[in-house]
Amino acid sequence: MSKFRFQRAQLCIPYGVFLVCFVLAPLIVIIYYAFTNGEGQFTLENLTGFFTSPNTIGTLFYSFGIAVVTTCVCLMLAYPIAYILARSRFRHKSVILMVFVMPMWINFTLRITALKEILTVIEGNLSFHPFLNTIIGMTYDFLPFMILPIYTTLLKLDNSLLEAASDLGADAVRTFLRVTLPLSVPGIISGIVMVFLPSMTNYVVLDMLYNSTYIMGSLIGAYFSSYDWHNGSMIALILLIIILVFTLFTNRYADEDAGSSRGGVLR
Amino acid sequence: MSKDTIRDNIIELKHISRTFDDGFRVVEDFNLTIQRGEFVTFLGPSGCGKTTTLRMIAGFDKPTEGELLLNGEDIRDLPPNKRPINTVFQRYALFPHLNVFDNIAFGLKLKKLPKAEIIKKVKKALEMVDLEDFEERRIQTLSGGQQQRIAIARALVNEPEILLLDEPLGALDLKMRKEMQLELKSMHEKLGITFIYVTHDQEEALTMSDKIVVMSEGKIQQIGTPEDIYNEPKNAFVADFIGESNIFSGIMTGKCRVRFCGAEFECVDDVEHGTMIDAVVRPEDVTITAPDQGIIKGRVTSVIFKGVHYEIAVQSGKNEIVVQSTRKAEVNAVVGLYIEPEGIHIMIAEDTINRIESGVDKDYRLYFLNGELNCDMTALIPGTAYNTDGALVDAHGDVIEPDRIKVIVSVKPEDITMSDDKEAGMLRGHIINLIYKGDHYSYVVRTEEDEDFIVDDEYLWNMDDYVSLVIPKDKFNYTLKK
Repeated sequence: MSKFRFQRAQLCIPYGVFLVCFVLAPLIVIIYYAFTNGEGQFTLENLTGFFTSPNTIGTLFYSFGIAVVTTCVCLMLAYPIAYILARSRFRHKSVILMVFVMPMWINFTLRITALKEILTVIEGNLSFHPFLNTIIGMTYDFLPFMILPIYTTLLKLDNSLLEAASDLGADAVRTFLRVTLPLSVPGIISGIVMVFLPSMTNYVVLDMLYNSTYIMGSLIGAYFSSYDWHNGSMIALILLIIILVFTLFTNRYADEDAGSSRGGVLR
Repeated sequence: MSKDTIRDNIIELKHISRTFDDGFRVVEDFNLTIQRGEFVTFLGPSGCGKTTTLRMIAGFDKPTEGELLLNGEDIRDLPPNKRPINTVFQRYALFPHLNVFDNIAFGLKLKKLPKAEIIKKVKKALEMVDLEDFEERRIQTLSGGQQQRIAIARALVNEPEILLLDEPLGALDLKMRKEMQLELKSMHEKLGITFIYVTHDQEEALTMSDKIVVMSEGKIQQIGTPEDIYNEPKNAFVADFIGESNIFSGIMTGKCRVRFCGAEFECVDDVEHGTMIDAVVRPEDVTITAPDQGIIKGRVTSVIFKGVHYEIAVQSGKNEIVVQSTRKAEVNAVVGLYIEPEGIHIMIAEDTINRIESGVDKDYRLYFLNGELNCDMTALIPGTAYNTDGALVDAHGDVIEPDRIKVIVSVKPEDITMSDDKEAGMLRGHIINLIYKGDHYSYVVRTEEDEDFIVDDEYLWNMDDYVSLVIPKDKFNYTLKK
């Protein structure tokens, strides 16, 4: 009868299949486990358990704390680097940028193992400064994700805007505070999203450099390895909701602040 | 009296030059005095250095040489934020993260004015540009014309002594541009602030300015009122750039008599008999007559209707003359052309000989063209000879070091021919300028070595064409640089 007509929408089919199999289905499984008990009956015990247990709540805040500190350190290190790289007239900017981004090419575990050896040499014993080590490890790991988006926004910054500010009477400091910084907010937001979220859950760094405590990621791992699917799923679900709320919030903020300019993760 | 005139000069540029890091000279020996309250326009094609000059006045760029005086004080080292000068930028440069109010108030807030006063001043500035009640609007929601007005308001609200405008109307459509021209002009009259305006649009410059500075390749070509510049262009470049014009090479044949296009004309400029000249004739100053009543005769080759007038091209011998007339002519008709003495403007022909300075290497061969030219040093420097070592010695037998010798190589424009065969000539370059001179074109070719050659050719080439220059070796002349 009618011939097969190719439509552009059909290009989505492969990804759609992938999405259903590996994102949607596991999500449904997680939701199912989170709200059932060992007998397969519906229950809210896992949810109440999470918020009443000092262990899980403590871990949540601790992860949050580590993520906040990591993000702050990354931001403070990355902004000046990105600024200098983007604003300088240096001819081989991309080479320097590559030096900062290059660690990303090396396998993650390998990197952390190397860092562990270096820190052991410097500190003698890793257990002396477990928190500091974690922050160093995390920062080392996530710094490029902070530099890149900030660098890109600063690179696109129209030089005539800076000249306009100076023309209207602003000195270098005030030009930075009133024009450069506000206009680089979208980059900062992208950087924060890209660093904050993974550092909430990345427990490999912690495992290798701390050994003694849990963050959210390791807590899920611990439950799952002891075959407690229900509590583990609940924690995973809560974490997912926290991330979703955080992302929505930062997106809206990026929207308000930068008008039509780029930034944000969900766009 | 003299004190008053000194105070009235708001800004003076003395021997200002700007050379970029790569050695390119954007502005060369720029001298200009601007009086308080004047509307001055820098006019020239793109790349002529007009924007760079403006940026030096604003403080974004620093002159490599020369003095920049504001109210008699040197402001070379004063940063832009300390100068009582504000700029309207080419692409407006409005802050996208601030609304209209905050954009306009930007400078006032930096001056720490009281809030009530800021609000009052912003309101007044918005009234001036006819955008009342736009305070809360976002920049992105404004049209190009509105953004333009906000940019003007943002600069003027600071009550600068000088307002700089860098092609501010370039991005607007024609109708809007005409409107804004008149508005800017009336704002200038009302406020009494000195305006320095940059444009490549000659009509815009003629409409708005008190004084026009015509620039080309970093140099001032002419400074004058719009009438001066239009009626009395100083050279072929100005005549060609400002309005339409016919330019013919000619020669003075007597008192107020000039010969060009194969005929003798009466003119009003008294130039010495025998001088080579360029005659400029505006198309509207040529009258079409019956074939035997004009001074020259020609055949109509094209007629184009332009609204107010017809643009008629007439071929007379080797020359093409463009005429603007309200009366139509028929293509192929033979007509006479008459030019009133007042319609002929005489410019003494520019020195059109190409001169290149070159040093010599250790064998006393010219660096120019990699030693291909045979320039005999003994003929150039009287009383010298080569000794047995091959070194040049003077009459006393003292060796003349090669690095002390500088030779000027000269060649006439008509001795150079252009070819599109890259291998045909010894020099290659791009055409960067062309002017039609009645029976031939005068080109400027910039070579790969960054030297400009004037070339006369009867054929039409295009701007930016890549050509090679064929010059017979015996057409070169050599003189010694003192």
